[in-house]
Amino acid sequence: MARNVSTQRKLVTTAVAWTIGILIFFPILWTFLTSFKTEAQAIASPPAFLFFDWTTENYFEVQSRSDYFKHFMNSVVISFGSTLLGLLIAIPSAWAMAFSPTKRTKDVLMWMLSTKMMPPVGVLVPMYLIFRNTGLLDTRTGLVIVLTLINLPIIIWMLYTYFKEIPGEILEAARMDGASLAKEIIYVLTPMAIPGIASTLLLNIILAWNEAFWTLNLSAAKAAPLTAFIASYSSPEGLFYAKLSAASTMAIAPILILGWFSQKQLVRGLTFGAVK
Amino acid sequence: MNLRTFLLGTCSAVALAGLAQAETLTIATVNNGDMIRMQKLADDFTSKNPDIQLEWVTLEENVLRQRVTTDIATKGGQYDIMTIGTYEVPIWAKQGWLLPLDKLGPDYDVDDLLPAIRSGLTVDDKLYAAPFYGESSMVMYRKDLFEKAGLTMPEAPNWEFIADAARKITDKNNEIYGICLRGKAGWGENMAFLTATANAFGARWFDENWKPQFDQPEWKNALDFYVKLMNDAGPPGASSNGFNENLALFQTGKCGMWIDATVAASFVTNPHESTVADKVGFALAPDTGLGKRGNWLWAWSLGIPAGSQKADAAQKFIAWATGKDYLKLVAEKEGWANVPPGTRKSLYENPEYQKAAPFAKMTLDSINAADPKNPAVKPVPYVGVQFVAIPEFQGLGTAVGQVFSAALAGQMSVDQALASAQQLATREMTKAGYIK
Repeated sequence: MARNVSTQRKLVTTAVAWTIGILIFFPILWTFLTSFKTEAQAIASPPAFLFFDWTTENYFEVQSRSDYFKHFMNSVVISFGSTLLGLLIAIPSAWAMAFSPTKRTKDVLMWMLSTKMMPPVGVLVPMYLIFRNTGLLDTRTGLVIVLTLINLPIIIWMLYTYFKEIPGEILEAARMDGASLAKEIIYVLTPMAIPGIASTLLLNIILAWNEAFWTLNLSAAKAAPLTAFIASYSSPEGLFYAKLSAASTMAIAPILILGWFSQKQLVRGLTFGAVK
Repeated sequence: MNLRTFLLGTCSAVALAGLAQAETLTIATVNNGDMIRMQKLADDFTSKNPDIQLEWVTLEENVLRQRVTTDIATKGGQYDIMTIGTYEVPIWAKQGWLLPLDKLGPDYDVDDLLPAIRSGLTVDDKLYAAPFYGESSMVMYRKDLFEKAGLTMPEAPNWEFIADAARKITDKNNEIYGICLRGKAGWGENMAFLTATANAFGARWFDENWKPQFDQPEWKNALDFYVKLMNDAGPPGASSNGFNENLALFQTGKCGMWIDATVAASFVTNPHESTVADKVGFALAPDTGLGKRGNWLWAWSLGIPAGSQKADAAQKFIAWATGKDYLKLVAEKEGWANVPPGTRKSLYENPEYQKAAPFAKMTLDSINAADPKNPAVKPVPYVGVQFVAIPEFQGLGTAVGQVFSAALAGQMSVDQALASAQQLATREMTKAGYIK
């Protein structure tokens, strides 16, 4: 039976939820608003919230200075490429760990997660040397590989928890009917885990899109994604806040829109298996 | 035709195509007004050199520094030209990481470069990077506020006058603060200012045997003076203010004085960005009568990594970007006020430039007053005015900057901060082998 919730209480929780939501969203909104100000208005104190002379000058300036589309395409290739490659590796590994666990499975999972605990700059020089010797510096392929590797632990962990929710008996039944291992994974397991896989996919695209250490350090001119595009507008000596905001808005818009449309899927996936 | 001739033919065809193709130079540079202008005007270079194409990698200063240092240290070969400062050039040249610039052409006129800037980029009498623009530091002040307080700024003030004026101008109820200075921790933020200021107070980072000097009275005087002044006449939260924060405060009319990079002059006098554009005056960085002014010296310069396959084309580009004709080109297209300052004597002799840039003389005097090889009152074993040109300084300078920033924020006393700095520096210098 549903609990009785008073109207007053509902109002309070709604107000609290909205306040938290707006607080979290505010920096993005502020960036968006600043991108339409002049540089002088951007630093004005007290700041103008909505009533200023809106201008699109910053967007034109950013576009005339750097090739947005080139950076955008690099971001798309790198984030989608690394996520898809990651899924290809992670689905079989998560299957193995969820359905045929051994004594050491938990340790293996923990070990994978531990690779995320080291600060990336600790391995910058060896990685840079490997990339230089294999000719992968400033290539999309190189960035796809490195982002696949750094996101793989998260992908495997997420898939593992989703797969754990699927009854092993269903897979057994498929096996009884003569399905091979590949068929079992492709036709039985994957369709049942679609919400989980979809949210893993989306979350990892977002993580890869925003990854700003390796993408900045291993790229130069050719493979530079949107993170490098933003970094070219930041400056410790000179106030270019309006232009920086315009560049940031352009860089986060695609991923924000993608997130908006797939919100339902994302939430469903993330809460998948929460009710036991 | 057998397979071998086919392969040979294909190979030579590919090789020929490669030869005929234009050479592409990848240039790593920082995001500031002058560099962005160079990118816009680069068509002039490519139209004169159709066989050379340019590819730009523009990054924020600190990201760029990390990026190019990794590349040059591992011989990654990603860049043909790098934008580096006076901190990197002596260190990198000694490591053999940079090519000496000896093919800049007969028209380049190396002797026209300002001696202070040139000496910071020269190692063993060879020029390792060509200055694109140079800067020092100076006092920027509000003429209207000085008038109201009945003060006159001398052309070469001392610290006593500055502190006195700052306290008189301060009107905290109306959010007017007498002086805005850097407080944000970082070797290129508060430590650039404090190291240069300490020079004027007779302090130095190390003695001739690389022994840290934070336990000496000169440092105590300098830091004590700075912290007291900022508490009395500085803006709230000064310990998190860097160049940009102070620029915003000054441009919105909240600072009476600001001592910082000469490059700021063109921002604060620009009516599109600054609300006080017509009220700004300039003076030399202050001294304490010991013979050194607290003004620093920096030059963003273009250098070529050793082992570059495209060294000739790269030198051609550097000669174009840092040559006399480039200054004329900028003047023609964007006006004399936008010409990159601080590199050539001839620019300061140009009457048109003197007319367009009211801060020209002050910039030149400030640059000339800085001596990177002899920065402090007492002798030092290092090169650099607002930094110490050793590889360890980035880490050490930032660590010391953090304790000094904490002293400004009131989290520790000046004595505690200096003791802590002394300990940090002694440990780092012993570890690095300077102190035997």
